Amino acid sequence: MRHIDEYRDPSAVAAAGRQIRETVTRPWTLMEVCGGQTHSILKFGLEQLLPEQVELVHGPGCPVCVTPLELIDRAVAIAGRPDVVFCSFGDMLRVPGSREDLLSVKARGGDVRIVYSPLDALKIARQHPDRRVVFFAVGFETTAPANAMAVLRAATLGLDNFAVIVAHVLVPPALEVLLSCPDARIQGLLAPGHVCAVTGYRDYEPLAARHSIPIAVTGFEPLDLLRGVHAVVRQLEAGTCRVENAYPRVVQAEGNPAARRVVDDVFVVSDRKWRGLGEIPESGLTLAPKYARFDAEKVFDVKGLDVREPAECRSGLVLQGRLKPPECPEFGHRCTPEHPLGATMVSSEGACAAYFHYRRPVPEPAAPAAR
Amino acid sequence: MCLAVPGRVVEIAGSDELRTARVEFGGVVRPACLAYVPEAQVGDYVLVHVGFAISRIDEDTARETYAILAEIGALELPEEESDAPH
Repeated sequence: MRHIDEYRDPSAVAAAGRQIRETVTRPWTLMEVCGGQTHSILKFGLEQLLPEQVELVHGPGCPVCVTPLELIDRAVAIAGRPDVVFCSFGDMLRVPGSREDLLSVKARGGDVRIVYSPLDALKIARQHPDRRVVFFAVGFETTAPANAMAVLRAATLGLDNFAVIVAHVLVPPALEVLLSCPDARIQGLLAPGHVCAVTGYRDYEPLAARHSIPIAVTGFEPLDLLRGVHAVVRQLEAGTCRVENAYPRVVQAEGNPAARRVVDDVFVVSDRKWRGLGEIPESGLTLAPKYARFDAEKVFDVKGLDVREPAECRSGLVLQGRLKPPECPEFGHRCTPEHPLGATMVSSEGACAAYFHYRRPVPEPAAPAAR
Repeated sequence: MCLAVPGRVVEIAGSDELRTARVEFGGVVRPACLAYVPEAQVGDYVLVHVGFAISRIDEDTARETYAILAEIGALELPEEESDAPH
């Protein structure tokens, strides 16, 4: 496929790896923010192409993984109602709630449907005016324009049987938290290319300046990722800390103005709790007051939730880049994609799932991660 | 969740927020909303995420990227393909 295959060309990828090795003189620790990037890195074995001095730590960029447990429990409660058709992206269905997941609700007869787009949920709402259709609007800035448009169209069409559970989070405030930790060891960032396709990268410039850290807006194919790594390493070696666009065929500095306008109309920025990271000020989106009637949390006033985080799951540390999945004693033993303890083992963007799929056989918990 | 796939616009219908395209991804054709890429035309490549095109791929920039990669010896494409990677 054009714009994919050429960025996976093995000889080109090997040469890009050589270019990085020729640039590096000292050890550097970089974080790739997005879970999709983590999966590409592991799937294509890119860490093996990098010099030993370059360590990649995996960031919190998995929206499914950072959705708070109480919101999943709330979704499970709403999905279990007989009058509800519950629509969600597939990743969310197997994330364990305190007691059960959405797939279990479906298994016992709940009308839980996997949709490809929020517009599919809207279509179901139009087809079933007698049912209440709820969409689990999970995502980063990349997904916000799609979810915003679904709400906007529901308003235009007067679809009062449509509602959304909004679990939208914003990347820069979470990076601010991670970079502000006194023991933060991240020296360079690969910013999420598809988030920046929507938002642009101006919001990353204060982060780069405040934390003296180079940032490269980075894509998802092997050559894109290596280009991002090279851009950051080159800056680290030179002692500069700018935001650089290493994904210019997709990302413009100002992002996508049409998408940003609709997002700004439908949502307002709000404080939000991130699973594994805690409450982060102004790090999420909530429906603007004029669209509050589409807020499923208000439409269905769920009470009496008994939220219980599994004590043995260390996904919080994984999401902060402090623990690599194979270092968790439960990884590959008690925690597998079939029987996950936490969301990072379920989601197609979760770091634990990436290691499980692409880095087996599982090393012993005490052994260092294979490089 | 942030997975977005490049595809070629083969047909456009509607206007404004209802502007919709049929987009081809390596032989598979799927609908995508074009509300956020009003500049996209038939033949353009767009990046599609959950049924929405979020960016039109800049062909000139893609070609420049390729020229840079070729310069560092990363690519060994035949001459005639160096302008139009597939």
